[in-house]
Amino acid sequence: MLAQLGDEAKLLAGGQSLIPLMKLRFANPAHLVDLNFVPDTSFVNASNGAIRFGALTRHAEIENSNVASKIPILHDCAAGIADVQIRNRGTIGGSLAEADPSGDWATVLMTIPTTITCLRAGGARTVPLSEFIKDAYTTDLAHDELISEVRVEVPAKGSGGCYLAFKRSAPVYPSASVAVQLGMEGDTCKHASVFLGCVGLTPVRATDAESALRSKKLDGKAISSAADAARSAADPQPDMRGSVDYKRNLVAGLLKRALNIALRRARGEQVEAGHIYA
Amino acid sequence: MPDAIGKVGVNVTVNGKKHSLSVEPRMLLVELLRETLDLTGTHVGCDTSYCGACTLLLNGDAVKSCTVFAFQADGAEITTVEGLESNGNLHPIQKAFGEAYGLQCGYCTPGLMLSTSQQLSRTEEPAEKDFRKAIAGNTCRCTGYQNVLKAMAFAAKAMKESNGHQV
Repeated sequence: MLAQLGDEAKLLAGGQSLIPLMKLRFANPAHLVDLNFVPDTSFVNASNGAIRFGALTRHAEIENSNVASKIPILHDCAAGIADVQIRNRGTIGGSLAEADPSGDWATVLMTIPTTITCLRAGGARTVPLSEFIKDAYTTDLAHDELISEVRVEVPAKGSGGCYLAFKRSAPVYPSASVAVQLGMEGDTCKHASVFLGCVGLTPVRATDAESALRSKKLDGKAISSAADAARSAADPQPDMRGSVDYKRNLVAGLLKRALNIALRRARGEQVEAGHIYA
Repeated sequence: MPDAIGKVGVNVTVNGKKHSLSVEPRMLLVELLRETLDLTGTHVGCDTSYCGACTLLLNGDAVKSCTVFAFQADGAEITTVEGLESNGNLHPIQKAFGEAYGLQCGYCTPGLMLSTSQQLSRTEEPAEKDFRKAIAGNTCRCTGYQNVLKAMAFAAKAMKESNGHQV
């Protein structure tokens, strides 16, 4: 059907971004294909060391899923996106396919090995998330493809992750966000993955922050130098959510907090985290 | 804008009453309720999915009806503020908003009551932080929310005391 309609067709998942964009006439699709009546597109399954999400799985279903909560960073994200009403409609597949630079899921999932299954009439292919997100609002999806599934690997034991996003009120996009995943061996950090959201066209990998953590004992000094590195890695635009300096400082502060929570989780502590708003 | 837009059929149950309708695909759910069914209790505030004045329950889930197309409600059960009362008796949530003076101008109140309804249907003993989270998507410009939170607590207590039966 998508092949017939051509690239003037848009897919409607949860509609929580697309419908407002259509009202603003920023999106003006010639055809709108509603996916919500397609069966078996909403699920959360554990299989072979991974969790698989159907493309139309709502944020609220992930928030309330015992399977998804095995990876705490997924709950951090799902439970704080916008507000209750939007989480009841918005979907993980829609969020990734939109690739809004301020979206939550892409930033979170870049810290864990994640693959996207792209489906078309002729068959399916699997793409790593890092190759799927091409640019702001641009993905690897062809116009006759859709996301069928998102597969997230369960991090090894001794890992801890955390997602923190700061926003000015519930329904708005975050001003800045930070996602981290640490692999610890005792006090020493063996693996570190640090991504920053809302401060670049796509999630920004803070490689210098990762180096500041890797093979180090994660004391205050290591955490401070990672925060400094994240401040430099961020490439934010000044807008109504804050100036460039404000967002850089926000990222650094969020990273310090997120690292402390990820460390505690790596030790097996239960810690609540997620979106912070006034 | 195209001259003629083909209509699509929608079978929807609103507050227990079944409707078979034919609507333009671009019609929003809130427009279907207000303009076709004359149920004007569901308000339009911002029309950008921000303010929550248009909140209703779609198959039990609180959603912003300005950001759902009417045709997407095909086969669904909808509860609006008009559906809270039964046989002329106000629902405990409605009574609680009155008793706690959880409203001033009242524009956001239907949305707040339906967000409260979803929350109380899913959490037996909500804490204040649960109440705050439940109404994070409902904007009120008059009350400052303190009396709204009081009303939610009153409603939770009344519904627990009546074992979930309507009092």
